[in-house]
Amino acid sequence: MNNNDIELNQQLGKTVGNPLVDGIPRMSCQSVDVFYNQDLQAIFNVSVDLAKNQILAMIGPSGCGKSTLLRCLNRMNDTIDGCIVTGKIYLDNEDIYTSNIDPVLLRAKVGMVFQKPNPFPKSIYDNVAYGPRLHGLMTNNSELDDIVEESLTKAGLWKETKDRLNKPGTGLSGGQQQRLCIARTIAVKPEVILMDEPTSALDPIATATIEELMYELKSSYTIAVVTHSMQQAARISDRCAYFHLGRLVEVNDTNIVFTNPEHGLTENYITGRFG
Amino acid sequence: MNNTQIVQKSLKKRYAKERRFKIYGVFSIIVSLAFLLFLLVDIVLKSTPAFTQTYIKLDIDFSYKVLNIDPKPNYTKDELFKSSYRNLISKALYQLFPDVSSRKQKRALRKLISSGAQYHLRDLVIERPQLIGTSQSVWVLADDDIDTFFKGLIDRNLPEADRRIKDIQITWIDKLQSKDRIKRQFNASFLTSGDSREPEQAGILGALKGSLYTMLVTLLLSFPIGVAAAVYLEEFAPKNNWWIDVIEVNINNLAAVPSIVFGILGLAVYINLFGVPRSAPLAGGLVLSLMTLPTIIIATRAAIKSVPPSIREAALGLGASKIQVITHHVLPLAMPGILTGSIIGMAQALGESAPLLMIGMVAFVADIPQGFFDPSTVLPVQIYIWSDSPERAFIALTSAAIIVLLIFLFLMNLLAVLLRNKFETKW
Repeated sequence: MNNNDIELNQQLGKTVGNPLVDGIPRMSCQSVDVFYNQDLQAIFNVSVDLAKNQILAMIGPSGCGKSTLLRCLNRMNDTIDGCIVTGKIYLDNEDIYTSNIDPVLLRAKVGMVFQKPNPFPKSIYDNVAYGPRLHGLMTNNSELDDIVEESLTKAGLWKETKDRLNKPGTGLSGGQQQRLCIARTIAVKPEVILMDEPTSALDPIATATIEELMYELKSSYTIAVVTHSMQQAARISDRCAYFHLGRLVEVNDTNIVFTNPEHGLTENYITGRFG
Repeated sequence: MNNTQIVQKSLKKRYAKERRFKIYGVFSIIVSLAFLLFLLVDIVLKSTPAFTQTYIKLDIDFSYKVLNIDPKPNYTKDELFKSSYRNLISKALYQLFPDVSSRKQKRALRKLISSGAQYHLRDLVIERPQLIGTSQSVWVLADDDIDTFFKGLIDRNLPEADRRIKDIQITWIDKLQSKDRIKRQFNASFLTSGDSREPEQAGILGALKGSLYTMLVTLLLSFPIGVAAAVYLEEFAPKNNWWIDVIEVNINNLAAVPSIVFGILGLAVYINLFGVPRSAPLAGGLVLSLMTLPTIIIATRAAIKSVPPSIREAALGLGASKIQVITHHVLPLAMPGILTGSIIGMAQALGESAPLLMIGMVAFVADIPQGFFDPSTVLPVQIYIWSDSPERAFIALTSAAIIVLLIFLFLMNLLAVLLRNKFETKW
């Protein structure tokens, strides 16, 4: 270890703030380490809770591991060769990395919205109906129609698309596509929604729509969102986690993190001194 | 000189370069089109004689005596099959030219008519036994030399020794023509009969069906196996694994192996080891599958790779299993590319003759194959056989067979394009 590393480790040290929540958390990470190809560690000893019906914002400079941690929460990292996750991640007090949890079932409970809107090259209806059909969540077609309408309504897209459900989902605007992806995710009725920079590819107006939507969805779902916009984190989240070089530096209620950060690195980041 | 002036000075040169490149491009397109056009026009012109056939009208006396059968109300097929129909034609010819007397001349006279004409008469009698005992005017097939002469491809001013038709035969033909007893007619038998040593009786159907059966075997084997292998290698195989690397290198190398090597392999393995019937479309299809597989695997892998990862992630994130991601999203999106690769492989296989020579598909097969186990030949081999035959009329047949092969290829490509358009999704 050279001097820089020692200094950095001293600086990063233990997570400050308040990683645990009162009561039973919806999801909970305990001492999670993530390795890519054995020699490259992406996440170091992260412990953090996701409280029910709250939004946890994950912020930090590029490459700090926030997306990696997010993808651990529904085991999307399983698809990456050489990715090893140690430690424990619980969903409703059940360790999702034990062998008796099927990742397919887990992903039905923990949905995901991606950075780039990625609707299937199918009709709007089929996009939303894909998940329910996959898991057989309906018994007949009218029930499926109801699920589609409900999901699109929740995602604030029903009014715009009810007359063009058979048109391709890829023909929508970027913001509409992202809302379609959210509708597609909530059609499976998950417990948790993970969002990986959901607005980074959108213009300010579409971003505002999605933020409002996230605020409304909070009442029914638990949400974890990775974002590069500190304003967004401040606006929408209940709790905020700041990551740096694979370490969780600070996590606390959002207003505390933004008004009175405990850690020097957090302060530097939110005041725009780096990142 | 400021920047604007410097840029302006170089602009002219840059535009000239652009124009030059455009001209090169247009020129090369024109040259290749010209070659193609020349080839097509040449083939079409050479093939036209093959699509008509010369017929001669003879007054055939289906008498009991000549047929050598006794008058009775019903005949078995076997009885009629055994009769001599050649004599019917000879009799009719002698009647038409009563002044021919010498043995040599009689032989020349009989040679006006194709050796296949007697079988035509036999089929006619078997089909309609009531003809027996009557006299009928029948158009019978002329010999290929007469046909070639009548089509104007033999110069009558050449010395007799230099052409395949005698002076006296020419006078007979002129006589027949003056009596309206000779005519050219569409050559339907080219499309309905198998190969023959006599060009006027040779048809393409045997080779066409042989190609069709062979292609079916090739498609049914190489498409599913190729796609499955590609899906495994691309989606399931462990990455950075040395034996997967070995397989990959081998597949890429197989695509470059000379096709005749596959023929030798097919001979050694399929025919000698497993006892697959020689010359059969099954053997041909098996050999061509070996040749087509690498092409399909490589194309399918490229098509699968080009499916955006975001689509996979979206499906996985909704809780689709790996095989659902593949069947619902990856394969449908990759299908246009897979089809393009497969059709290139199939087109190569259709035009291949070298490996088939090794497994006996070059044999002379007169019978039309009725299934995957019958001896048969394929279109490119048929073209090769005909181009190697001495009779002049085979020149036209060779070109006609090339046209049939090209049409086959065109239809295959058309099907692929239609399928591709059906599967094509825009995103």
